[in-house]
Amino acid sequence: MASRVPLVLLACGSFNPITLQHMRLFELARDHMHQTGQFQVVGGILSPVSDVYGKQGLAPARHRVAMARLALGNSDWVRVDDWESKQADWTETVVTMRHHYNQILEQHQNTAGAPQLKLLCGADFLDTFKVPGLWRDDHVAEVAGRFGVVCVSRGSLQPDRAVHECDTLSRHRNNVFLVREWVSNEISATEVRRALRRGLSVKYLLPDAVIDYIRRHGLYTWESEQRNKGAVLRPLAQQGAPPETLSD
Amino acid sequence: MEKSNQTKVVLLACGSFNPVTNMHLRMFELARDHLQDTGNYRVIKGIISPVGDGYKKKGLIEASHRIEMAKLATESSDWVTVGPWEGQQAEWVETAKVIRHHYEELLAAERNKDEVDTVKIGKKRRHEDRDGWAHHGRTGVPQLKLLCGADVLESFSVPNLWKAEDIAEIVGRFGLVCITRAGSDAWKFVHQSDTLWRHRKNIHLVKEWVTNEISATHVRRALRRGQSVRYLLPDPVVQYIREQGLYTAESEEKNADVVLAPLQKYSEGCN
Repeated sequence: MASRVPLVLLACGSFNPITLQHMRLFELARDHMHQTGQFQVVGGILSPVSDVYGKQGLAPARHRVAMARLALGNSDWVRVDDWESKQADWTETVVTMRHHYNQILEQHQNTAGAPQLKLLCGADFLDTFKVPGLWRDDHVAEVAGRFGVVCVSRGSLQPDRAVHECDTLSRHRNNVFLVREWVSNEISATEVRRALRRGLSVKYLLPDAVIDYIRRHGLYTWESEQRNKGAVLRPLAQQGAPPETLSD
Repeated sequence: MEKSNQTKVVLLACGSFNPVTNMHLRMFELARDHLQDTGNYRVIKGIISPVGDGYKKKGLIEASHRIEMAKLATESSDWVTVGPWEGQQAEWVETAKVIRHHYEELLAAERNKDEVDTVKIGKKRRHEDRDGWAHHGRTGVPQLKLLCGADVLESFSVPNLWKAEDIAEIVGRFGLVCITRAGSDAWKFVHQSDTLWRHRKNIHLVKEWVTNEISATHVRRALRRGQSVRYLLPDPVVQYIREQGLYTAESEEKNADVVLAPLQKYSEGCN
């Protein structure tokens, strides 16, 4: 075990709201990385996107952060970080990664013993790499080459094709880890919000503490779903990749 | 929202629950929402009934553990409970008998309630007790319906798994609430079976829009391979499995070469 490389996993997304599925992806990724025999996952960071992202129905960041903290309250390895959620503008994934990696280095003084940081994402995020004009090549190289990517895929998507179809990703394929989720468990936050505003039960899709929080604060109503309706996503307005590595 | 013309319903789910997963619990939530949305029903209780050890399914661990896990899983629910009776029987019990048992319990509970206020409604109740099968629930006694997945509906046509009269009793006298995946054609099974078709008004198909295929088989596989099952099962169940050391390669070999109890029973004399 001593020779294993310590590793921290970072996931960025709306988490609007956080679901059991989001938490599950961390578990799957950790198991997979341990099974390579090369890594020891020492931490996970969940980073909710800021309000300026402009996605339809996006609840205020302070609520999304609070819910994520409630959900992960009894996780002994994944924590919520609100840095990205507090930024005045939307943050490119590579910028968020740099921030967290610098934090890690600060805590460890020297680079030698410091853990690696890898991006935890879904297959749909990997697909965005090949969209022309969305990503800067040096950013792809930095995300995949300098840091690394752990991608959890649902049955139907083909993440290996996404790697194949992007030259830069392909060049760094040794640092792109593909995890297969065998049980399709498609709890999407979109479906959760839909059920909530229709007054249907979401128990066992979200942790109980999160459901309580939503009820107490009256989140996810017909009105809240209209927020940002018709607005252009901030990254698209500025041209750039969406900051959600874990989508709904 | 309580209306006098709403029928009270108790949902009963029978199965291995080996172990109970979030998906099992989710089925209850979906069924309740669906029934109450019709405006005709009020779901007052859910019962999880783990099958007894005599069922002889491969990898089926002791009922005592499965009952305990179901109890831990339902601790946070204010309406779903565990019915340990079936799991405590030495021999495998047909589902129809399990339903009858729980219906008797509902009748007994109602009778007790009656004794408290006999003066008010004593005579009226005795008269209503003589009503036929289909009328229960309109009185004080709730209807009892079997909650199941589409696989159970499908299994009705598997030879030697069910007695024909049991199917008729389950759907005719009690009723079925069946959770189906989006895209699956559960009505086809109803259409293809004369018994089911005859009682189609007693069959409620509930569409699950969010695929949630947490199977207990998958959970056991992950457990014996030392992989995480967190967030697939409630945390207290994950903890119980760890403490008790359940679901190993050895436990999966249980009943490996044994014929399933219903198949044993109903195929007797046929071969």
